[in-house]
Amino acid sequence: MTTTAPLLQMRGICKYFGSVRANEEVDLTVTPGEIIGLLGENGAGKTTLMNVLFGVYTADAGQIDIAGTPATIRNAADALHLGVGMVHQHFHLVSHHSVMENLLVGQPGRWGQLDRPYIEQRLQEIRSRFGLEMNLDDQVRDLSIGQQQRLEIIKALLRGARLLILDEPTASLTPQEADGLFDALRAMAAQQMGVIFISHKLHEIRAVTTRVVIMRYGRVTATVVNDDSTTNRQLAELMCEHEIVAPVKASSTPGRELLRLVGICTAGGLRPALQDIDLQVHAGEILGVAGVSGNGQTELADVMSGMLTPLSGQMWLDGQVLRKITPRQVQRQGLGRIPEDRMHTGLITTLPLSSCMVLPRIHEHRFSRFGVLNRKAIRQFTKEQMQAFDVRASGPDVRTGTLSGGNLQKVLLARELAWDPTVLLAAQPTRGLDIAAAQFVHEHLLRLRTEGKAVVLISEDLEELFALSDRIVVMYEGVINGRMPIAEATVQNVGLLMAGITEAA
Amino acid sequence: MEILSQILQVGFFAALLRIATPLIFGTIGELYAERAGVLNLGIEGIMMFSAMAGFSGAYFTHSLWFGVLVAVLAGMLGGLLMAVLCVSLGLSQHVSGIGTTLLFSGLSFFLYRLIFGQPSTIPVIEPFRTVNIPWLAKIPIIGPVLFDQYALVYLAFLIVPVTSWILYHTPWGLNLRTVGENPQAANSAGVSVAATRYQALLIAGMFMGLGGAFLSMAQYNAFTFGVISGRGWISIALVVFGQWSPYKSMAGALLFAFIDALQLRLQASNMIHIPYQVFLMMPFVLTILAMALVSRNARAPAALLRPFRKEER
Amino acid sequence: MRWRLEIRDATPLWLNVLLPLLAILATLILCGGLIVLAGANMFDAYATMFSSALSSKFALTETLVKATPLIFTGLAVTIAFKAKFWNIGAEGQLLTGAMAAAYVGALEALPGWSLIPLMLLAGAAAGAATAIFPAYLKTRYKVDDVVTTLLLNFVILYAMTALLDGVWKDPISGYPDSPDILSAAEFPVFLARTRLHLGVLLAFIGAPLVWFVMKRTTLGFAIEAVGENAHAAAFSGHKTSVVILASAAVSGLLAGLAGVGEVGGLHFQVMATISPGYGYTGIVIAMLARLNPLGVLPAALFFAVIITGADSMSRATGVPVFLADVIQGTALVTMLIGLMFTRYRLRWQRVVHSVQEM
Repeated sequence: MTTTAPLLQMRGICKYFGSVRANEEVDLTVTPGEIIGLLGENGAGKTTLMNVLFGVYTADAGQIDIAGTPATIRNAADALHLGVGMVHQHFHLVSHHSVMENLLVGQPGRWGQLDRPYIEQRLQEIRSRFGLEMNLDDQVRDLSIGQQQRLEIIKALLRGARLLILDEPTASLTPQEADGLFDALRAMAAQQMGVIFISHKLHEIRAVTTRVVIMRYGRVTATVVNDDSTTNRQLAELMCEHEIVAPVKASSTPGRELLRLVGICTAGGLRPALQDIDLQVHAGEILGVAGVSGNGQTELADVMSGMLTPLSGQMWLDGQVLRKITPRQVQRQGLGRIPEDRMHTGLITTLPLSSCMVLPRIHEHRFSRFGVLNRKAIRQFTKEQMQAFDVRASGPDVRTGTLSGGNLQKVLLARELAWDPTVLLAAQPTRGLDIAAAQFVHEHLLRLRTEGKAVVLISEDLEELFALSDRIVVMYEGVINGRMPIAEATVQNVGLLMAGITEAA
Repeated sequence: MEILSQILQVGFFAALLRIATPLIFGTIGELYAERAGVLNLGIEGIMMFSAMAGFSGAYFTHSLWFGVLVAVLAGMLGGLLMAVLCVSLGLSQHVSGIGTTLLFSGLSFFLYRLIFGQPSTIPVIEPFRTVNIPWLAKIPIIGPVLFDQYALVYLAFLIVPVTSWILYHTPWGLNLRTVGENPQAANSAGVSVAATRYQALLIAGMFMGLGGAFLSMAQYNAFTFGVISGRGWISIALVVFGQWSPYKSMAGALLFAFIDALQLRLQASNMIHIPYQVFLMMPFVLTILAMALVSRNARAPAALLRPFRKEER
Repeated sequence: MRWRLEIRDATPLWLNVLLPLLAILATLILCGGLIVLAGANMFDAYATMFSSALSSKFALTETLVKATPLIFTGLAVTIAFKAKFWNIGAEGQLLTGAMAAAYVGALEALPGWSLIPLMLLAGAAAGAATAIFPAYLKTRYKVDDVVTTLLLNFVILYAMTALLDGVWKDPISGYPDSPDILSAAEFPVFLARTRLHLGVLLAFIGAPLVWFVMKRTTLGFAIEAVGENAHAAAFSGHKTSVVILASAAVSGLLAGLAGVGEVGGLHFQVMATISPGYGYTGIVIAMLARLNPLGVLPAALFFAVIITGADSMSRATGVPVFLADVIQGTALVTMLIGLMFTRYRLRWQRVVHSVQEM
């Protein structure tokens, strides 16, 4: 018999999407003062479980007890009412509203009017209890990612959350910002709140949690009390069936310059402006671009892809300057591109796989003559590429959107590498992929390097950058504020640069 | 000079307000729908249907206000259909709106013919009379323009500040705007996206109904098949022109009404020998030009045209 | 237990065929209610409607003639909607096409043999230009295409009535209709004692031709890609503005031909009532055809039957002729609802709440 009822008890939760079993007989308990790490690969069912708890999805079976009483959570309102708050991976904020308005949404009014004094008073309390501060008059679009996350946490606390769920909260924070977040979480636990921390970053899980729950294929497969004896290796083995093999980087000497950006500047406005970006990448080299998301990496990728026209600056590919930087031109000059958003930029999910595979090259002679498609050649080509890159799909006519994330990324790789690019731009190429698929991507990037091609790897995952890159540049507020060979890079010094702190010598 | 003297008459400005009235109803109605994230292209048909329904209601009961009530209910029925199609079923707002307009226009013609047959003289009612506000109406120039108008005209100009207050100062208004900007944010704050959009579309239908009622029961005293003649579409353009703000949209409606009143005067004055159709098309041409001017910098509600389905991945 | 919607992986072919038929069935049943409301017998009314349009050889050919502008506008809307260019302006494009044809067809300075090809060219060009204008505003200034195409319909309609009331007005009778086109400009009829004119032939050739363009050419490929995801298409090097303008041009061209057909093959002049909303019906047809150019043929024929049949039905039963309009609107709505089942399927699912006692 425990003296205090657990904050949360989930029993036998099942959730299916069609034939996909996202959650199967999941049990989870959180007692006051606990920080639970929910660990698992992408697709293990962590987010689904939390969405069931927060009322985004309705469970197909199972029971949820909150503070010892059975609870029916049909929507977010129910969850909030029961003291469950959630900070989603993609923030649920209105960027064109003020901080105040974002905090006021869903709150009852006073005399029919918005109750601003109440928010001010509650914010005061939260400041004194947890040390979280916020300027109510700021527009959300002007806030940094870290500030937006703080706003999300305050939103949950303001509604009286006693159990806080955070989904991949550190994905776009600097290491230092993440430490700040952990302090806040510990303060909450100290005040008898419960925290569920979803992540697949082992060192963070070990740093902040009291207990780790590991999910695999929609089930809870292990629970580990987090103490000094817990190791990364132990957690990793529990998390995935296959061994994690660190990518093997063969030695390579950089050759001639294949890509060069000179003085690239872009207009600001809603997006961060690039200022005077200079870059060179050589044959046989992987250049890693680090940075907290929203510091211009997306814009850099967009400029190089031809999707964002720079105000000034030049781009050279393989010794030739581009007269106009358009998608068509950069492709023609031998730039392959893996975009950040494969679902909406790279591929057209509603079209058949074969259409996506030839999308950029439909005008080539082998695929069309005088404007008439050669459907046989298109299907044949698609089949070949599917085989070469191990794309698991029923055939070239299947709707692209039905493929899994890993397979979609393979399709993109297959498409972009089919034309033997001299430079590959890979933006967040393993985001959201499971470990096997990420390894597949890493192998291909390294293969290009050994073949004497150049790779630009934009990533928010420092481990990935450190493992693959030959050189690293760090972006902060649209500027490259640090460059170094990989041998000199540490989590510490890159982290500081990511936060905009440049050491004086 | 002669033209100027034609314009600067009390009658001109009084007419201007009357022309603006159905547009304000339509525009404010559309504004509620769009701020919640739903483009209601059913507006033309809904206004037509309520003009017909309101007229019929008044014709048989001899009560104009009962007619207005019928028109409002008819408008809400149209809003409900849009809500079912775009909110509950999450269908394309463009095509749902066109469908609603086609269906409700067709129904208006059909039911009107069913109710009234094909008489040799077109059925008419005794339309609304202007309400003369004591004392104020006696003020020279301003009085007859502002304070000797139909009740519905007063109502139209009243709903603009009320709408502005609702949108920016009440919890429901904030919820509505949040639903239109980021439904996820509203949902995770415990606001029902579907319910809010239903409410918005029903209110929108209500105002569109008032616009239709004004046309067939105050502006004219009969229902004709050309009674709306594009006013719904113009309302949609005015919402864009007014950057989704109630006051700016009203200003757009007044500007439009000014041009329309002007063309009516010029047409009537017979001073310029241009086919009258040129005057008729002028408002449409100017609306297109105005759209071209403002559209590039206009920022529509971020979730406009996007269906929201909670449980999807 | 409850019903729930699930996303489909793919749409089975049978559904694509069945769905429009079910939508039509639902429409006829729903509108049957209105027939009963009008005091007539539903089955009698529909029987009159369909038999008057299908029972004799002449009626059948007349239905084909009626279907011709509908096929053109249906195809016009199909190709525009595929690119997500919301062309609600087929009505106006049809009118400009008709006006251009009426103008060219009455030019006595031209050699007789050149009149028909020139009418087709002029009408197609006029329709295309009418559609390109709003498409340009959309791609260049981000002006909402629905609103501009709709407003343009009014502009064009007023311009046309101005012409009919002005320079084109019949000087003798005073009727507001344009001068007749020259007899050399009248479309040949290819079946004696019918009105099956050249335009009918062109429409029936047009549908498979448009199908070929959409499914088998790079233009169709690009239009579909841009329509499904313009951002991704641009990323892959497609010029989205050019593709949208091209689809608008083809769309307007087809709608323009609808007008040419009505002038050259049927009325030999322009009058105010030349189109009773064929452009809007085209939207319903395109949706019912699920934006498949071949599907436009049966859908257009169906509405041709409804429109021609509604007249006889009205005369025989007293049900207002506007039932045809209601049927169009209802068909669009029911089809829309049905479209949901191509993306989702309903499934009956058991929800088990396994409550375990501690």
